[in-house]
Amino acid sequence: MKKNLNVVGESVLRNDVVEKVLGTAKYIDDYKFDGMLYGFTVRSTISHGKIISINISKAKKINGVVNIFTAKDIPGKNFFPMILNDYPFLAENKVLFYGQPIALVVATNQEIAKEAAKNVFIEYEELEPVLDIHYAMKKNSPKIFGSDNILRKYIIKKGNIDQGFKEADVIVEDVFETNYQVHSYLEPNGMIAVPQPDGGITVYGTMQCPFYVHDAIANILNIYHNKIRVVQTTTGGGFGGKEDVPSLVAGHVALLAYLTKKPVKLVYTREEDFHGMSKRHPGYIEIKYGAKKNGKIVAAKVRYILDGGAFATLSPIVLWRGTVHAVGPYDIPNVLIESFAVATNKVPCGAFRGFGQPQATFANESLIDILAEKLKISPLKLRQINMLKPYSRTATNDKISNSCGFKKVLSEVIKKSKYEKILSKKNENLSTIKTGAGLAIAFYGVGLGAGGKYIDRAGAYLQIQKDGTVIISIGNTELGQGVFTVISQIASEILGAPYEFVKVLQPDTTRVPDSGPTVASRSTLMSGNAVLDAAKQVRERIDTMVLKLFNKSKGKVYSNGKEYFISTNPEKKIHYLEVIKKCFVQRINLSATGWYTGEDVSFDSETGQGKAYYSYTFSATVAIVKVNILTGVVEVKKIVSGHDIGKAINPKLCEAQIEGGVIQSLGYALTENLVLKNGIILNPSFAGYLIPTSMDIPEIIPVIVESKYSKGPFGAKGLGESPMITPSTAIANAIYNATGFRTKKLPVTPEILLELKNKK
Amino acid sequence: MKKKITFYLNNEKVVVKCHPLKTLLKVLREDLNHTEVKNGCEQGECGACTVIIEDEDKKSFATNSCLVAIGQVEGKKIVTIKGLNKEKELHPIQKSFIDEGAVQCGFCTPGLILVTKSLLDNNPNPTDEEIKYAISGNLCRCTGYIKIFAAIKKAIKLVKKIRNSKKI
Repeated sequence: MKKNLNVVGESVLRNDVVEKVLGTAKYIDDYKFDGMLYGFTVRSTISHGKIISINISKAKKINGVVNIFTAKDIPGKNFFPMILNDYPFLAENKVLFYGQPIALVVATNQEIAKEAAKNVFIEYEELEPVLDIHYAMKKNSPKIFGSDNILRKYIIKKGNIDQGFKEADVIVEDVFETNYQVHSYLEPNGMIAVPQPDGGITVYGTMQCPFYVHDAIANILNIYHNKIRVVQTTTGGGFGGKEDVPSLVAGHVALLAYLTKKPVKLVYTREEDFHGMSKRHPGYIEIKYGAKKNGKIVAAKVRYILDGGAFATLSPIVLWRGTVHAVGPYDIPNVLIESFAVATNKVPCGAFRGFGQPQATFANESLIDILAEKLKISPLKLRQINMLKPYSRTATNDKISNSCGFKKVLSEVIKKSKYEKILSKKNENLSTIKTGAGLAIAFYGVGLGAGGKYIDRAGAYLQIQKDGTVIISIGNTELGQGVFTVISQIASEILGAPYEFVKVLQPDTTRVPDSGPTVASRSTLMSGNAVLDAAKQVRERIDTMVLKLFNKSKGKVYSNGKEYFISTNPEKKIHYLEVIKKCFVQRINLSATGWYTGEDVSFDSETGQGKAYYSYTFSATVAIVKVNILTGVVEVKKIVSGHDIGKAINPKLCEAQIEGGVIQSLGYALTENLVLKNGIILNPSFAGYLIPTSMDIPEIIPVIVESKYSKGPFGAKGLGESPMITPSTAIANAIYNATGFRTKKLPVTPEILLELKNKK
Repeated sequence: MKKKITFYLNNEKVVVKCHPLKTLLKVLREDLNHTEVKNGCEQGECGACTVIIEDEDKKSFATNSCLVAIGQVEGKKIVTIKGLNKEKELHPIQKSFIDEGAVQCGFCTPGLILVTKSLLDNNPNPTDEEIKYAISGNLCRCTGYIKIFAAIKKAIKLVKKIRNSKKI
C-alpha cells in the first residue's frame, strides 16, 4: 500500500517560469492600452515645510500635457487606508519628506509628463526638519506627528525585571544601530488604470497586496468596492517593498484615469522608486542581559526604537514584530521591553523581509556573544543553555509548541559549518587576512500574529475543467518566491490530479474574497490551507464516484498521482481522467471555494503578554569570513543557514528562499549603505547603493528541518522571511572572531572596520 | 532631427525613424514593442535590459541597451531573448535556468540568459571566476545567484553536447 505523498515534498519544476525564460511574461510596463496616457509625480524638493502655492501654468502649456491634478481634485478621501491612515495621496498644506507626492501630471507620453513635472513650481515656507529619532522624542522638537512624534509604542513586562538583574552574577549592556535597507526589487513600482463603461475602474500592477490596493482606490475615488477590480501582473520582486506604498501608486493612477476617462500608466523611474517608496527602518537598540555564572540568562531589558519616517504606514506592525522578538529566541524569566516607532522628516519606512527582526537580532545576537565572552562560556554553549524548546516561554509568555526543531537546526548548522573548529583557531599575528566564524540564531512568528489578527484570513477557488485540468484562484500573490508552484503541489496532492494539470490564475480581487496581504511568510500556510479546504471538498465527490465505479458503497480511495485505487483491490486502478469524465456526465460539481483563518492569538497592550503567534519557525546561521585588516574589506567565504519550517512542500524552492535571503542579509551586513543628508537620499541608484553582485557570493549550505505544525498544510509553517534575519549578525560575529573588532553598527563598511581598528 | 536607422533584430531587418540619440532600450520597447527587454534602472547598473550586439566583423558582446544610442547600431545585428528560440524548443540555456531553479521573479532572467549566451559564444569553457565576472553586471535580488551559477554550469555542458553532436 502506497501511503506516502505523491508530489508534496518533491522538488518539481516551477510552473510559472517558461514564459519568464522566453521573455513573454508581461510585467506592468509591458502592457499598452488604446489611447493610453502617462502619468508622472510631482514631488517635494524639501524635507519639511508649508506649501504656499502650486504653479502649474507653465507645465500645462507644454505640448502633450493633458492635465495636472492636485489634492483638491480628489473626489474621495485623501489618505490610503493603512493602520493610522495618516499618509495623504497628495500633500495638501504641508510636506513632511523629500519626495512626497504633491501633484500628478498626465500627458501623451512619459517623457512629456516627466518634463512637465519639472515645470510645476511649488513655493514653500521651509520648516525645521526633524531628522534624528532622539531629537524627535525630545519635548522641544517640532512635532510632525501628534503631540510627541511617537507613531506607536509597546511595552512587554514579564516577571520582575529589577529582581532579575539583582539575581544576576554578570550583566552586559550595549547599544546597537542599523541603517536603512532598500528592497531593490529589479522591477520598479508601477500601475495602469483602465476606466470601465459602468463608471468603475480596473487597476493592473506590480504589487504584493491587491486587497490593500482595492481599499485605496475606493478611498480616493469614493466609489464602491464592486466597481473596482485589481489585477496583479507578473511581479518583479517585492520583499515587502510592494506591500504598502503600491496603494499610493494605484490611488494616483486610478485618479488620473477617473478624471481623464482614459487608460493611464504610471511607472516609476529607479530614482523615484528610491526616493518615494518605503524602506527598512533604521533601528536603535539599547539592550541589557543579566546571567548567572552557569550561563542561565535571568533578565533582559531592551529599549528598541525604529525611525519611521514621515508617515506611519506599517511602522506600528513592524515595531510590534520586532518588539515581540526583541530579547532573542531565549527562555528568560524576567523581561522588560519598551519600543517606539518615531516620526521624522524622512522617507516613510514600511515592510521589508524580516519586518523589524533583523534590527533587533543584530542587537541580541551580538550581545549574547559579548555575554559569552564575559562568562567564559562558548557562544554555542550559552545559546544552548538559554534557547527556546518545546514548552518553554517567550517574552510574551507564549508557550512554544511541539513544532520546535530548534535543537536540530542548531546542531546541523554547527556540524556542517565546522563552527567550533574555526572559532577556536588562532589567526597568525603577522597575517593581514584574518579568518573567523560567527553564529546567530532566531525564532520567527509565522503569519500576522496578534498584531494583524483581524485581517489574517485566506480564500481560494478551485475548479476541475472538462479535460481534467485544474484552475485555482488564491488571494496571495506570486512575487518570484514560488507560491503558485507550492499551491499547485498541494492541490495536486489532495485531488490526485497530475501536477502538470494544475494552474494558478493571476490574482484578481474579483475571484476570491479579501485574503489579506502577501507578507509575513504566510502564503503557504494561509492560502495553502484555503486550497486544501477547497480541494478536499472536490476530492470527496471524486471519491464517491471512484467507489461507484468499483461498485462499492464505502471505503477509502487512494491516489498515486494519476490513478485512483482502493485498499481491498490495489492492483485495479482507474485513471484520473476517466473519473473526471464520469463526474462530468453525472453532473457532479467539481468546483469549490476554500477558506482558512489562523488559530486564535492575543496580545495584552498593558503587559505585552499573550499568545503572540500561532506558530514559530526556528533558524540558525553560521558565517565564515576572511577580513583584510589593512583595507577593511570583508569577504564572506561560507554561510550555513538552517531553518525549521515544518514541512518543505518543495525543497528546491525552499533552498532558493534561503539562498536569496542569505544574500540580502549579506548586503545588509556589508555593502548596502543608504546615505541621507538633511533628509535627502544622496545615493538613489544601484551605482551608489550597492546590492550584492555575483562577485560577492560565498558558498551557501541551506539546511531544512521539518518539525511539523499540526495546523499547517502537510505540517508546513513558513519560510520567506526567516533567512533574512540571522546571516547579517552571524557575519558581524564572525568579523569579531577574526579581528577582535566588535561592530555595533550595520552595515560594517570597510571605513567602519578601519575606524574600529584605529580605536583599538 | 529624426534619422532613418537600419539594423537587424533577431535576424530580421528593421528600419526605424527616430532621433539617433534615443536609446536602443526605448526603441526596442516603445517603437518596436519588444518588451522582453526589461527596464530596471535606465542607468546601466542592473543589466535587465541586456541585449547581444554583433559587429560587422562578427564579434558579439552583451551590453546594456539603455546605454546604447540607436545611431550606434546602424547595420548591426541585435539579439534579444526572443531571438534565442525561433524554433519551438527552448534554448539549452533557457532550459538549464528552469531545471536548476534559477528563475524567481524573472525580471533579470532575459538579461542573465543573454549574458550567458554571449559568454559561451566567446568562451565555451569558462572557469568559475570567468562565469562570476561575466554576470557581475546583471543584478538579481531574488536568487542570491547560487542557482544561476548552477544553471550556467549545466548550460555549458548542454551546449557542448549539442555542438559535439552537430560535428558528427
